[in-house]
Amino acid sequence: MRKSMLIIGLLLSFKTFAATPQELLKQYEAQAKQEHSAFAGFSAEKGATFFKTERLHSDGKKVSCATCHTADPRNQGKTRANKVIEPMAPIVNPKRFTDRAKVEKWFGRNCRDVLERACTAQEKGDYVAYMLSIQ
Amino acid sequence: MKNWMQLLLLFTSISATSALLASGGMEEGGGAMPVVSNAKWAAECSSCHMLYHPGLLPERSWRKMMLGLDKHFGENASLDAATQKEITAFLALNSADKQDNRRAKRINQSIPANSTPLRITETRYFTDKHDEVSANTFKRKSIGSASNCAACHKNAEKGNFSESQIKIPR
Repeated sequence: MRKSMLIIGLLLSFKTFAATPQELLKQYEAQAKQEHSAFAGFSAEKGATFFKTERLHSDGKKVSCATCHTADPRNQGKTRANKVIEPMAPIVNPKRFTDRAKVEKWFGRNCRDVLERACTAQEKGDYVAYMLSIQ
Repeated sequence: MKNWMQLLLLFTSISATSALLASGGMEEGGGAMPVVSNAKWAAECSSCHMLYHPGLLPERSWRKMMLGLDKHFGENASLDAATQKEITAFLALNSADKQDNRRAKRINQSIPANSTPLRITETRYFTDKHDEVSANTFKRKSIGSASNCAACHKNAEKGNFSESQIKIPR
């Protein structure tokens, strides 16, 4: 009895950090509407383009999301320091986009590394939509 | 009387040997660094690269590194303020200049007082220890670079760099 109470308690406390990708998209949608009143929804197609488009970084190297994550988000990627990055696509890695703080941490870092600026809510939403569209 | 002396000698040598063994002094360069742990350090500092033991750099190096995470060897590795503070304190507490471990002490001693290296591979201790490993070996696909300690020192993440544990992959 006590054990089950503990488990319920733990589950409830995790709820604050955990999210579903759909909840995450809702939050980005609210932000995107604030950023642009003409917000017209998220597009998996735009997300795919965003993911693969290379840009010239000020350090002289060409980078995109796919540089580290590979062109197929169902594959494992590799960091520049040779460490495996688990796949981004929830179809093969269901843990993706279920922890808001983690998602925000990595958008925060990687947008600056690739784009040398923060990503907009539109870009984040398109990206998540693309990942969710992969079968 | 003679027996008593022999017994004393035996005891002294046994305790001296065990003390040496315990300190890791029997093995060249010292044994494993003490096991240290902090959940945030272990999670955050190993998401992009292998987990480096705090005993590999002095406190001033870790502090400098933790203040420049937005440009961490060319990448943005920013942390929230609370996590950054906790990890910095942990690294400082267990850094090379705070360790009783022989290898950590030697690393620390090999760094001039007026320098604050951020790369372990730039310390004289590291370069001296690896002078027989060629640049091409470090570039092997199975290794990547000299910063990938764990490619050859399989227990590097535990702070164990013992000679006997080294295996250089092809």
